[in-house]
Amino acid sequence: MSNSYPFGFLDEYAKKEIRRTTLKAVALPGYQVPYSSREMPMGRGFGTGGLQLTLSLLGKEETLKVIDQGSDDSVNAVNLRSFIEMTCKGINTTTKTHEADIIQSRHRIPEKPLREDQLIVLQVPYPDPLVVVEPSEDKRKTLHGEADYSRLLVKLYEDIVKFNEITISHRYPTRINDHYVIDPSPIPRWDVPKINQSKALILFGAGREKKIYAVPPYTKAEPLAFEDVPFRVEDFTDENSQRRACKRCGCTNSFLDEFIDSNKGEKVYQCSDADWCDEQGGSNITEDRTPEVTNESLENSNKAGGLAHG
Amino acid sequence: MGYVAIKGGGQAIDGTKEVFDFLRTRQGDQASPLDTDTIEHQLRLLHSRVISEGGVYHPRLASLAIKQAQGDTLEAAFALRAFRSTQPRLVETPVLDTENMRITRRISAAFKDIPGGQMLGASTDYHLRLMRMDLLDESPEQFNAVTKKWFAERENTDIPDTFPKVLDSLRAEGLLPQIDTNQRTQNAFDITREPLIFPVPRSAALATMARAEQGSLLAIAYSNMRGYGDVHPTVAELRVGYLPVLLPHPITGEMTEIGEVEMTECEVVAMYESSETDDQPTFTLGYGACFGHNEVKAISMAILDRALQKGMKDGPSNPSEDPEFVLLHVDGIDSMGFCTHYKMPHYVTFQSDMDRLRSTQQKYTQKEPMS
Repeated sequence: MSNSYPFGFLDEYAKKEIRRTTLKAVALPGYQVPYSSREMPMGRGFGTGGLQLTLSLLGKEETLKVIDQGSDDSVNAVNLRSFIEMTCKGINTTTKTHEADIIQSRHRIPEKPLREDQLIVLQVPYPDPLVVVEPSEDKRKTLHGEADYSRLLVKLYEDIVKFNEITISHRYPTRINDHYVIDPSPIPRWDVPKINQSKALILFGAGREKKIYAVPPYTKAEPLAFEDVPFRVEDFTDENSQRRACKRCGCTNSFLDEFIDSNKGEKVYQCSDADWCDEQGGSNITEDRTPEVTNESLENSNKAGGLAHG
Repeated sequence: MGYVAIKGGGQAIDGTKEVFDFLRTRQGDQASPLDTDTIEHQLRLLHSRVISEGGVYHPRLASLAIKQAQGDTLEAAFALRAFRSTQPRLVETPVLDTENMRITRRISAAFKDIPGGQMLGASTDYHLRLMRMDLLDESPEQFNAVTKKWFAERENTDIPDTFPKVLDSLRAEGLLPQIDTNQRTQNAFDITREPLIFPVPRSAALATMARAEQGSLLAIAYSNMRGYGDVHPTVAELRVGYLPVLLPHPITGEMTEIGEVEMTECEVVAMYESSETDDQPTFTLGYGACFGHNEVKAISMAILDRALQKGMKDGPSNPSEDPEFVLLHVDGIDSMGFCTHYKMPHYVTFQSDMDRLRSTQQKYTQKEPMS
């Protein structure tokens, strides 16, 4: 029994199918295209959908970055990267966002804006945003076809009635190109605005649920909201209304992980995006690195061009 | 302190692989490594389960999968399934008739006597489940004596190559619907090449259940048996044996046997349905079949096939009749993978969850008027 696997692990027919599915997904922004989805040697739920996309799209001499929770060095990212290195001889890997041709990610979109020549693959556990209101896939397909998202909006409205707040924290339903609403994968709300008019092609792979969908470059992506209750990203202001800063690099405009310093027992905050944090290098915060998204600008953009379902 | 709490992932993974492998050897100097033939024979039913859930008939690799997974059936089936992804689809066999099975066991619960006779074969059904203390310290001599005794006491009886199917006699009596010959000309749904898009044909349901996780199938079938459903099956025939696999000869085109696969097959008969048409009422059928010797699985599958056919026809009235509920939740590779993934870091989403809860709590304490 030889240990030599084909380039990209999957047999050529499987890769061909995934590429064709991907083309269809790009042609129908936000539409979940079913595909057969082969079993990969890692657990369903560990990014097998993203992995199949990466393995089908990655070519020799291209450069790959793999992150999980924003970190290149977290257990699952390491695992996926070493598997891809093992089965795709001749590719390069990097931890630097700007060096990568393909970025495979779980739960984050890098802070650094992506370019047109880059491609990001997001791992998806639940591809269908309607699953919270309709368990039957058959019925959901009809709802998507008719762009009938009324039950999802009612769910948001019920949240406001009960909690005076939309309680969806991540996997925030987002409408693509004025038709299909997608589950943008478990990225925080912080990352959702990065999908809108993204320069890079964004591909979503759900291995267990056997779906691929895409947001092509320069495509409109609007999180569902109401005129009077706008979409809001995570709030990192402290008790004194100061924006919390990353303890390591001092950045005040990135998504922060909070944890307890095991030595001092105090709560500290650090950039979730490891490469971003390294680039800030602990130097003072530079104004020109302000990301395009802040709470305020988002609220305004929602009011201006957002969904008027209030 | 590291950058992120999860830094050093690479090293940690190497470490966990080493300790996992070490635990195999902890028995010490007296131990010798498990060889794959031993697994195939002495852990025959475990092997059967893995080959069936792995969905690729490769007895040697199934043994290897069990060895490297240290006996975890889900993990072992998983490794086999992943191996399958590296293999191209070269040819497809024609539909194989299970009447041609070389039988090792064959029973019917419907009739005392069946054409060809009942053949109990190897089964634990009528064993007393008492601990066999004599196996605790079994010596190689005692072990070999079992084989010798078996051959010495056996007379060379002629067992027919094939046995007729019990269902054929019921069909001849008009108690079963006639075979739908249209179905035979349709290609079976290939679940390894097509995703399930509901509604799915019956062949897709059968293929999904054939490689489903045994416990999952049993649990849903059991719910039907207990009252969340009303199949009330009778096992018309359960057979275990080796099915010859045929392919057209590359030059002559003649059907040629290329090997055989061990299979378990179960056909259940259920009560008749009221028919809206004027057709004569008949019993209804449920079918189950899988690689290896897995009787509980084949019976569960046959019951669920019947329940699902009913659900597809009249709409589901309980979970076991709902094709989406059953077929999307019985795959062991899918379900165990997703269950396991919850052990991965979820810092980002949890951060996001905390943000929502804090914001909601804040509004609650401020007792803001509702907007």
